[in-house]
Amino acid sequence: MRFGGNTPCVEVRTGDGCLLILDAGTGVRRLGARLDEDGPPLHVLVTHLHLDHVEGLRFFAPFWHAERELHIWGPPSPLHSLEERITRAFSPPLFPIELAETPANVTFHDVPHEPWEIDGVRIDAQTVSHPGPTLGYRLSLNGSSLAYIPDHEPVLGVELADLEPEWISGHALAEGVDLLFHDCQFSEAEYPSRVGWGHSSVAHAVDFARRADARQLVLFHHDPDRSDDGVDQLVDRARELWRDAPGAAPVAASEGMTFDVS
Amino acid sequence: MEGRSQKHLALIIARELASQLSTATFIADAAGNLVFYNEAAEEILGRTFVEAGAMSAEGWTSQFLLEELDGSPMSLDRMPAGIALMEQRPAHGKLWMTGLDGERRLLSITAVPLFASATEFVGMIALFWQSSPDDA
Repeated sequence: MRFGGNTPCVEVRTGDGCLLILDAGTGVRRLGARLDEDGPPLHVLVTHLHLDHVEGLRFFAPFWHAERELHIWGPPSPLHSLEERITRAFSPPLFPIELAETPANVTFHDVPHEPWEIDGVRIDAQTVSHPGPTLGYRLSLNGSSLAYIPDHEPVLGVELADLEPEWISGHALAEGVDLLFHDCQFSEAEYPSRVGWGHSSVAHAVDFARRADARQLVLFHHDPDRSDDGVDQLVDRARELWRDAPGAAPVAASEGMTFDVS
Repeated sequence: MEGRSQKHLALIIARELASQLSTATFIADAAGNLVFYNEAAEEILGRTFVEAGAMSAEGWTSQFLLEELDGSPMSLDRMPAGIALMEQRPAHGKLWMTGLDGERRLLSITAVPLFASATEFVGMIALFWQSSPDDA
């Protein structure tokens, strides 16, 4: 299997060794197993609370080591804080142990409206179009930047080409980034029967990246039923749509893939 | 992202909803700027949104001549949309409006403030329809 295997989790390391973790899908379990029990504080930036993005949190080793300071950032709902919302996932019948019973030295943060910094990395978070409170993130450091918008339906019932950039969900997050991780769950043929599900077709992903002048598009959030050959076909289609746009040709995210953004 | 303007997602979704409705819909941001009205509203306001464009609060309240049912001028704080913006509460009412095509119409308007959270006011959405002059 070349594509898939875990639900979303992206490890971001700066040149100084600072670690930021984007989403806590099942992939975060393996990452946690590689981390020391003590060390600098860890920061996990969660886009939203659909299970595929937080499922690994309960099995993330630092949650079970009081020595490691852990910070979870994510979206509040209009009425409830992030902590209240995540606590539900840490309670029966979804999990046998209450959050308060874990040894975790954890602090939950509702993301601020204004940008903030973690170890020198500037972080911008904005709500994006996806069912339920959902964020996209932009990370910037020393002139380099990446955007992470894994679950996103950038337009609903209107044409992306007809909209001014300020009316395109997530546009400001992705504008001019070196690397854009973006939802590409559906083919163009599949999308019409899945409008409103909160995910993009390959055409949406490419159009969005081009409108934002992203330098490289990484197709993300593959449909669980998609075969490796099926993902290859989406990549071929993305490259066809990308045509002569500047920057590197689109690629599909895969387990363990690395990018140098500098 | 410095200096990049981006509409709040609640406004983006509201616009997408409005663009699918056959009910006239008018959307303003938290500062009162008119940021969108839909095709059904174009019929009543007398000009397409593309032609009229976004307008400041002062702009749209002066461009559309608004009157009380007795024909006296209606101030912003009496309009349902103005109440939704200024007092941040829902409001409903009737008024006379002379659109950009010069036609005077009796309108019923329901305006609702948009809050992204309990403390984050992002704008207002108003749905309106034409009433029979006999209802004035």
